[in-house]
Amino acid sequence: MTRLLRRPETGAIVAFLLTYLFFAIFTYTNGFVSWNGTVGWMNLAAELGIVAVPVALLMIAGEFDLSIGSTVGAASMVLAIGTTHMGLTIWPMIVLALVMGMAIGLANGLVVVRTGLPSFIVTLATNFIVIGATMGLSRLLTNVTSSSIAVSDSAKLVFAGRWEQANISILWWLLAIAIGLWVLSRTVFGNWIYATGGNLQAARGAGVPVERVKIILFMATGFAAALVGIILGVQWNSGNATYGMGYVFQAPIVVVIGGVLLSGGYGTVGGVAVATALFGVISTGIFYTGWSTDWIQLFLGALLGAAVLANSYVRKMALMGGR
Amino acid sequence: MSQSPILELKNVTKRFGNTHALSDVSIALTPGRIHCLLGDNGAGKSTLIKVMSGYHHATDGQVVFDGEQLTFASPRHARQLGIATVHQDVGTIPLMTIGRNFFLGAEPKKGFGPFSQLDKAKANGIALEQMQRFGITRVKDAEQLVGTMSGGERQVLAIGRAMYFGARVLILDEPTSALGVKESAIVLKMMKQVREDGIAVVFITHNARHAMAVGDDFSVLIHGKVAAQFERGEVSRDELLNLMAGGEDMAQLEVDLEAVE
Repeated sequence: MTRLLRRPETGAIVAFLLTYLFFAIFTYTNGFVSWNGTVGWMNLAAELGIVAVPVALLMIAGEFDLSIGSTVGAASMVLAIGTTHMGLTIWPMIVLALVMGMAIGLANGLVVVRTGLPSFIVTLATNFIVIGATMGLSRLLTNVTSSSIAVSDSAKLVFAGRWEQANISILWWLLAIAIGLWVLSRTVFGNWIYATGGNLQAARGAGVPVERVKIILFMATGFAAALVGIILGVQWNSGNATYGMGYVFQAPIVVVIGGVLLSGGYGTVGGVAVATALFGVISTGIFYTGWSTDWIQLFLGALLGAAVLANSYVRKMALMGGR
Repeated sequence: MSQSPILELKNVTKRFGNTHALSDVSIALTPGRIHCLLGDNGAGKSTLIKVMSGYHHATDGQVVFDGEQLTFASPRHARQLGIATVHQDVGTIPLMTIGRNFFLGAEPKKGFGPFSQLDKAKANGIALEQMQRFGITRVKDAEQLVGTMSGGERQVLAIGRAMYFGARVLILDEPTSALGVKESAIVLKMMKQVREDGIAVVFITHNARHAMAVGDDFSVLIHGKVAAQFERGEVSRDELLNLMAGGEDMAQLEVDLEAVE
């Protein structure tokens, strides 16, 4: 039992089960537990989940990325401007959007590593720079800040394919989880991520290339954010500079609820995946109750508060002697 | 002293601008001996070990390793030659397992290409074996977080790691200063074991009792100079204490203290 309490993901699992049961019981007649209801919350969780995984790895390495939101919007605008305004085909634009996402990550990483400034502020600045640049450039080139995207069938299939009500983004999410689990718990790079966030000096002393670890992770979050931008753009057939602004805080919120320590060095991908599912359940469950969706924010806020408290407790338990 | 020194500093001076951190320091480290480095804060101990481990270059004087004069290109270069430094606090990561800590930066791998992964079973097995070799039998599971271990056990882990990766000169920076009596005993016992393995140990400490318990050679630094250098048994504990406090100052201090009372 105490061993279970020490696992970083325990809190998220308990919260998920309780919340799920709550909605399952109170909205049973409205179909929350049905196939469509389940697919509904998974669709919602999936897009956030794709960014949440690399954000979790980055936070375990001790850094934040608040620029993801604007990268999502910028990626969708790259598709819009490229395909509609310039008449190019979509696939090269998709590659360009992904490269741009990684470039934003690289810039974040380099600035954080070189200046030693808190990534919280650096990436917050990037967030405004990128969204401002996206809007400014879009208006300059197309006179609008949102525009339609000319989508090819193949792109539609890969990024916005549907099976009944289920979006293909769920598969992308599962892929992100699988990669995250593999990297963090099985690879040498995963060991370096934990060490970088756990004790930077010690990691450096042991020969871990901490700067490279951070930069690679910033690039991963940029890549994932661009991927989500592409998925949203293709799904809605349009790009918008403000897509994804919700993720700026939603991603770190689910990461913390998932048991990652705000100070870094501790956490699991499994916990973050469960917390993302929890986010999906709350956001869609509210609809089934018929209550105002205003309550979602309150719910999330309360959960975040509880999670931070639980995490510091789990950390203490983890460091207590014996097993 | 039949063995020849493995690492020797000859008339080393280190200046930072106009400040003499070290003046004309000569010190020889011999395999299988523990060399205690004593001195007050600011006496130049840290600078000295940084010269030994490649972080600083000597302004003047020579560094001789294995009989050859050389200049360490970097701390990494010194490490590769087998000069390992273990600091009192940094070195282990509390929220990581023993196995992961032990192999940090030199992880064993299995599998190929993109599917190569951390060989946890091997890492855990070796880490546990090394801990037990140095008398830590309480720890039975290498999946345990390092933060759950005592300060002494963590120190043993850090030293054991340096040993496993082929240290020939082991520099221990205040390894016992944050530890209780029992915990210190574990570390001191380990140092004796390391000496048996033919490692040259540098033991930096404020604690004369700990130094007397294990030391073979002693160097006392005062204001960046070697104030005294002697072998085990040549100096009593009181004399040592006086030297560490800056020579005759200690007697004067006692007189002053009595005057206050």
